[in-house]
Amino acid sequence: MAKMHPCGDFRTSYRTDATLFPTRISLYFCIASIIAACFAPLFLDIYLLNLAIQIAYLGIAALGLNILVGFTGQISLGHSAFFGFGAFASAWINNTTGIPVFLCIPLAGLFTTAVGMIFGIPAARIKGLYLAIATLASQFILQDFFNRAEWFTGGASGASASPFSLFGFDFDTDERFYFVALAYFVIMYVLAANLLRTRDGRAFVAVRDHYLSAEIMGINLTKYRILSFGVSSFYAGVGGALFGHYLGFVSVEGFDILLSIQFLGMIIIGGLGSVMGSVLGAAFLVLLPEIMEYLVGLVGSTSWGNIPAITSGLAYFKEMAIGLAIVLFLIFEPDGLAHRWKQIKAYWKLYPFSY
Amino acid sequence: MNFELLGQLIINGLIIGTLYGVVAMCFVLIYKASQIVNFAQGEFLLIGAWTCWWILTQFQIPFFWGFLLTLGFMLIFGVVLQVLVLRPMIGEPIISVIMVTIGLSIFFQALMKWLFGVFVQPFPPIFATESINVGGLNVQPIYLLSMAISLVVMVGFAWFFKFSRIGLAMRATAFDQQAAQSLGISIKLVFAVSWAISAMVSALAGVTVGVVNGVSSELSFFGIKVFPAVILGGLDSIIGAVVGGLVIGVLENVAEFVDGQWLHWGNLYTVAPFYVLIIILMVKPYGFFGTKDIERV
Repeated sequence: MAKMHPCGDFRTSYRTDATLFPTRISLYFCIASIIAACFAPLFLDIYLLNLAIQIAYLGIAALGLNILVGFTGQISLGHSAFFGFGAFASAWINNTTGIPVFLCIPLAGLFTTAVGMIFGIPAARIKGLYLAIATLASQFILQDFFNRAEWFTGGASGASASPFSLFGFDFDTDERFYFVALAYFVIMYVLAANLLRTRDGRAFVAVRDHYLSAEIMGINLTKYRILSFGVSSFYAGVGGALFGHYLGFVSVEGFDILLSIQFLGMIIIGGLGSVMGSVLGAAFLVLLPEIMEYLVGLVGSTSWGNIPAITSGLAYFKEMAIGLAIVLFLIFEPDGLAHRWKQIKAYWKLYPFSY
Repeated sequence: MNFELLGQLIINGLIIGTLYGVVAMCFVLIYKASQIVNFAQGEFLLIGAWTCWWILTQFQIPFFWGFLLTLGFMLIFGVVLQVLVLRPMIGEPIISVIMVTIGLSIFFQALMKWLFGVFVQPFPPIFATESINVGGLNVQPIYLLSMAISLVVMVGFAWFFKFSRIGLAMRATAFDQQAAQSLGISIKLVFAVSWAISAMVSALAGVTVGVVNGVSSELSFFGIKVFPAVILGGLDSIIGAVVGGLVIGVLENVAEFVDGQWLHWGNLYTVAPFYVLIIILMVKPYGFFGTKDIERV
């Protein structure tokens, strides 16, 4: 019989504490879900695939934000600017130097890392609320930069990004790009899950839990705070680059504060400080507008359907739903979907004897 | 160099700066009393202005009564919001508190757009519009009035916190919550009152801007412009907020002037305050008037 996960914490060595898969079953489950995801295009139609790709690139960016906010405890209100920077950087590198797209994406991530670290410098001295406002400033400054730097972003007309291709094979349809997004997503997910097992990842958590104690224990605060910004920007850059090459066109609009807030919403709804939570949150916020659309469609088919305020207000309902979801989750489930998932697991683990 | 234009811009900056100062004051009021950073401050302006506009256009009543009704509505609105949404957040980490107000801000912004549309709606004409001449510069009387109102509000705040009983209770709460509670001050009341005052005064600022420029969702941008002002003065200093508001107001306009005359970069009006903000945070992390946190393990 496979090793069961004991009920309670019975770890006796650091090795078991840092393990990625606590039981054999969790490893099999993980591999099985990746294989299942590989066969998804056979069952899903274009519309659902499109949503899955969105979840992948937004999920990557949300993972990065969770490393910054959930693990290091530094709030950032400028994540969408870094996401956008990655999209532009990848398109720019590809268009000017001709480096193949699959290399451009990590390169764009590195570019974004550099930018993120520059804007992370204030984080070395300030924290909490002051930091939130400093990152708000970086959001506006970068957005202004996108509008101004025509050599980089194409200005108001936007930049074109060529489709992803590998050895002459173009990943230009949704079915094909799905595998690209999935591959990057799995790699970034495993990297993030592993990060927390390393010295640096633990240092992040120590900085979050009590930064003074962390410093006394010999953790270089300045280094880790800026490093955390760097890592989070890398994720944002990769996610943004995927977004750019998926759409084939990057416009200066769209990387606004609302998207930054949506990223924050994803990690709040998914669960701060949970790798899986970031993805669950991304999925939730991608699906929420679709659900709203469906609901409005339902109402539209009833006798209320001829009220123009309801049928034409869909865009606003979507925004309202996002704001409301954030508020309600914070009040009623502050630990997010990941916590809910753990409770469901715990319930079945102890099934007849739950306490 | 065009001195007349510069003078005009500086006057404009001072006028808009006093409004920033008023909004920043409301922001600091909430922060000091309940340690909550209100990212929905701009939406308070928006809601106040739209409510007043709706009452005036719907019922055709005099401005004064419409305005009083608006203030009454905002009072209830502030208290209800505090009780329903912010009270459960007491004791939560700062990230959650920031996010809950951000969530509120998205929600109300979308709600207002849905209810009232995205276009600028002018207020019914209330005051004379021909500009008057002050020291060789053209100034709209409504601007002067708004400046006067702002100054009255500021003096009112000063009086309120120095002499009124509830104002003193609020200062005590800001200083030490537990000590204040043990002296019989109702913390719940203080929190509710601070949100109510903040909502009402923000609505006043919103109506003032609305009367000058018309009401639209642009108003909520005030809530974001307040941050540079607040950071400049330090988060927990009411005087700092007023000074910060004035400085940011003038700075915006001077940045626009410099840009128009020499740089031609465009858009500096919006972005310049944020550059200043970053620099201030690098040099003086707690602003110029804010208290420095001293932490012990």
